[in-house]
Amino acid sequence: MAEKLQELTGLTYRGLKEIKGSLIMIEGIEDVGYDEIVRIRAPDGVERMGRVLEVGHGRAVIQVFGREIGLQINSIVGFSGSVFKIPLSEDILGRIFNGVGEPIDGAPKIISKDKYDINGMPINPVARIYPEEFIQTGISAIDGPLSLVRGQKLPIFSESGMPHNRIVAQIAKQATVRGKKEEFALVFAAIGQRSDEARFFIEQFKSTGALERSVVVMNLADDPAVERLFTPRIALTMAEYLAFDLGIHVLTILSDMTNYCEALREMSAAREEVPSRKGYPGYLYSDLASIYERAGKVKGRKGSLTQMPILTMPGGDLHHPIPDLTGYITEGQIFLDRDLFARGIYPPINVLPSLSRLMRSGIGEDKTREDHRSVADQLYYFYSMGMKARDLSRIVGEMSLSETEGRYLKFADAFERRFINQDENENRPIEKTLDIAWELLAMFPEDNLVRIEKKYIEKYGRRMRVNAPI
Amino acid sequence: MEKHGRKGDISWISGSVVAAHGINDVEMGEIVEVGEEGLIGEVIRIKDEEFIVEIYENTSGLKPGEPVIASGKRLVAELGPGLLNNILDGIGRPLEAILKQKGPFITRGVKISTLPRNKKWHFKPTAMVGGLVEGGDIIGTTKETNMIDHKITVPPETNGKIVALEEGDFTVDDPIGKLETVSGIVPLRMMQEWPVRLPRPFQARLASDEPLVTGQRVIDVFFPISKGGTAAIPGGFGTGKTVMLHQLARWSNTQVVVYIGCGERGNEMCEVATDFPKLKDPRTGYPLMERTFLLANTSNMPVAAREASIYYGITVAEYYRDQGYDVSIMADSTSRWAEALREVSGRLEEMPVESGYPAYLPDRVAEFYERAGRVRTLGKPQRDGSVTVIGAVSPPGGDFNEPVTIHTLRFTGVFWALDADLAYSRHFPAIQWLKSYSLYANRLLSAWAQSFSDYSGQLQSWWKDFHQLFPELRDKALAVLNESSEIESIAKIIGENALPDDQRLILLTADTLKEGFLRQFAFDKVDSFCEPEKQFLLLKMMTDFHDQASVLIKNRVPIIKISSLPELQKMKRIKQDEGGIAAIRQLMEQCHKELRRIGEEYRVSSGV
Ligand SMILES: Nc1ncnc2c1ncn2[C@@H]1O[C@H](COP(=O)(O)OP(=O)(O)O)[C@@H](O)[C@H]1O
Ligand SMILES: [Mg+2]
Repeated sequence: MAEKLQELTGLTYRGLKEIKGSLIMIEGIEDVGYDEIVRIRAPDGVERMGRVLEVGHGRAVIQVFGREIGLQINSIVGFSGSVFKIPLSEDILGRIFNGVGEPIDGAPKIISKDKYDINGMPINPVARIYPEEFIQTGISAIDGPLSLVRGQKLPIFSESGMPHNRIVAQIAKQATVRGKKEEFALVFAAIGQRSDEARFFIEQFKSTGALERSVVVMNLADDPAVERLFTPRIALTMAEYLAFDLGIHVLTILSDMTNYCEALREMSAAREEVPSRKGYPGYLYSDLASIYERAGKVKGRKGSLTQMPILTMPGGDLHHPIPDLTGYITEGQIFLDRDLFARGIYPPINVLPSLSRLMRSGIGEDKTREDHRSVADQLYYFYSMGMKARDLSRIVGEMSLSETEGRYLKFADAFERRFINQDENENRPIEKTLDIAWELLAMFPEDNLVRIEKKYIEKYGRRMRVNAPI
Repeated sequence: MEKHGRKGDISWISGSVVAAHGINDVEMGEIVEVGEEGLIGEVIRIKDEEFIVEIYENTSGLKPGEPVIASGKRLVAELGPGLLNNILDGIGRPLEAILKQKGPFITRGVKISTLPRNKKWHFKPTAMVGGLVEGGDIIGTTKETNMIDHKITVPPETNGKIVALEEGDFTVDDPIGKLETVSGIVPLRMMQEWPVRLPRPFQARLASDEPLVTGQRVIDVFFPISKGGTAAIPGGFGTGKTVMLHQLARWSNTQVVVYIGCGERGNEMCEVATDFPKLKDPRTGYPLMERTFLLANTSNMPVAAREASIYYGITVAEYYRDQGYDVSIMADSTSRWAEALREVSGRLEEMPVESGYPAYLPDRVAEFYERAGRVRTLGKPQRDGSVTVIGAVSPPGGDFNEPVTIHTLRFTGVFWALDADLAYSRHFPAIQWLKSYSLYANRLLSAWAQSFSDYSGQLQSWWKDFHQLFPELRDKALAVLNESSEIESIAKIIGENALPDDQRLILLTADTLKEGFLRQFAFDKVDSFCEPEKQFLLLKMMTDFHDQASVLIKNRVPIIKISSLPELQKMKRIKQDEGGIAAIRQLMEQCHKELRRIGEEYRVSSGV
């Protein structure tokens, strides 16, 4: 039985019943709610945060965040009387927080009466505005075949060692909605990242002057893993506040969601739950959805929340539960490819398994260009045929390819070299991207461009024929 | 079950599962209100001292000792005018009303009834005062939307004598008349309730041999589904499940559509709710929303309500079926529903069997699809209705060898297998023709004729000349596609150049079929919906071309003569031509002419 203490803030008790990994049991308590946030002070002097996982009459199971090493039966537990909330005001811009939302940049705490539940609330689907404003990233591989729109959640599926951070930094630097001068902000959540990776972003933001329009929430690799369960939620609560309370267009980067999922698996294992695939809990899908669905545009609110989660696919396996369930929730995926990377293509985006589900609404006449969709479709078709031809040529040799197959193969090479590949500092307007596409398409007789309307071939294709790469 | 004032309190909370005690006569499946905010939950297990409640809302902050009040009701759907042209959450709360009352974010503890209580409907009686009626009898109608006359029926299991029935403007709650039953006089209303987990009764099952015309070529021609049939559409993410379900909801020739967004994206439901009021039904010209009922439990909404949403949707479908309508229901995705089952089962610490799913998963899947079918409804006048069920399945890793896909395929008649490779090359719909099947195909193809009249009156006479041909053309096309896949695997080893000309022709025709027939861009103005006559003509054009070219090849005409014909490329494009059927007929002529010309050049006389 815990001993009830008289303290100023909420109900406080001394004495635990049991400590089991990061879970603690406590008895003799009263008036505690499910999901309530608690503070635990062990005799080692370290204060840890925790959350009520289960609660019954007089007893509760608490998930401890922070290190369990050092916890003792004789610890003090203070119940906050509320779920995890953070105070928010405009002052969060330009600030750096740790993974549980405390400032770590030396500047004062955020003071505000308005406290926000970090779990957010589901957006009513009928309150959504369907996203349709094209964001020009200046990267052909994205703008052309995988266009991003405001309010979209579009993850990058990567592997360790690949340049996902550089790509995201380039996007953060170049992204614009053309013809519009509106307030924008960046929210960056480092989830279990190495400190050099996190530094890279902060340096990038600094060098482009974006830092004062940014919020950084940082849980580093050596920070407690369980805190990672909060980090993306804190970042998104801030992003929602900026977007929907202050009316700012926010790009949120979550890196790396794989670390988040691993923390979730760890917690699930500690609770001895029945695991689903690869030890991840069966609710991984709905848990991830509670993060990813916090993106979009909302009726009656000015801003927007665009999400780019990054995740490293364990073993490069697209079918691993983390990328798999992510792809089922997000509005597409940008897939980075080891093979392209090895061949020096930057950004090494393989467009075939990549997809932008909201592209359709953001492109075309008045938005990008009328021929955009059919050009992208035609590129997809030829590139996929080119990949097949490349496989074939590895077996039978290039000489045995038919004329058409040979042309597909040449196209695939040119497409990677000239269209996908670009400099890290090159910012290509969408017209340039489409023009390069037409130059490549000129490798084929006009008749073969069956996915493109005749009138576009006449209007945009003909003038590019002179520049064809062969 | 009218037992009021039954109150207990919470003893334990773990996520969406709450244990409570203090109500001894609580029933399995009973709805209870939990906590100070009155969160909605359903009793899912009863022990001697305690009962377990699954809560349909977020339980954060809930405390032991808070009250639990039994409602005396099971989870019921309100059925009556006002369902169509509406979008509800997983347990039947109208999302537009929630938006108005609470703002853009969904808070919990909201209590708004499904059907608006203030809206008046004009009720026209069709039954006579003094008449004897029983469950299912139609007593009157009200115009629910331009497309649907809502038939007001006597609730199942009720009978008696009508002692009053009035024409006039009523809310769904107002009495429209009175019924004298053995247990006294009861009011008649336009609204009735039905427990969603129970199938609604009917007189008899009927054979379902009328095709559902979807306007999607790969479905209508190759893997058709009947009105009252069941189909599964499994596929990994991005293979086109949602787009296909949207297409079916838009263009299928049923009278009522129930669309359930079950654990999927918010923006997708937003898209339907935004587009459907603007899109016109190709047959009636009215906005599609006027025949559509939407249920949305998106992936960020409470998981427990996801499980309920499926039953809610099919109950509404059955209700319109019972009015004599053909109804189709699309569920995207049934896997999320199964996962919700798994999650609840896990919290109850039930023994999992495969991939964590409980042993009763197959039963639940079967029960759901069994609620499909064409039936003779209860009641007078005699009428038939149907419920067609189409379920998306989201297998982990896109691998069909997993419990939900496997069990779904056991209980459904059509399998549209989506394929990631097709999707990667943007061949949509990515329905893999070699793996898919329809158990209804043979029966339906010969019945195509009747359903065509929906689209064109004249067509029927045109069709009479041709419809016998149809199964033959289909088989021919499928044979070419099958053969070409075998030839392709050989070509992978020796290269296409080394193939004999007759095989190269098969590759050529298969390519035309894939690009010009199977591939159908959902967002193309012209091609999004392909009317049956056009489907048939396209198929005929391509198979004729193949037959005639085969004769040439047999007579040693080199393949290059054929493969270089510009008509080949035109055939791939003509489906999107604004000239429609006339343009296709013209191209057909042109193809004949060109092939004949080559024939003459090489002095091939026969067959061309
Ligand atoms: N019939 C189609 N026509 C054109 N594009 C399609 C079609 N089906 C799917 N797509 C494309 O594929 C993407 C993914 O389709 P979707 O139905 O959302 O997949 P899933 O539900 O299986 O994840 C869409 O955003 C669209 O770009
Ligand atoms: Mg989908």
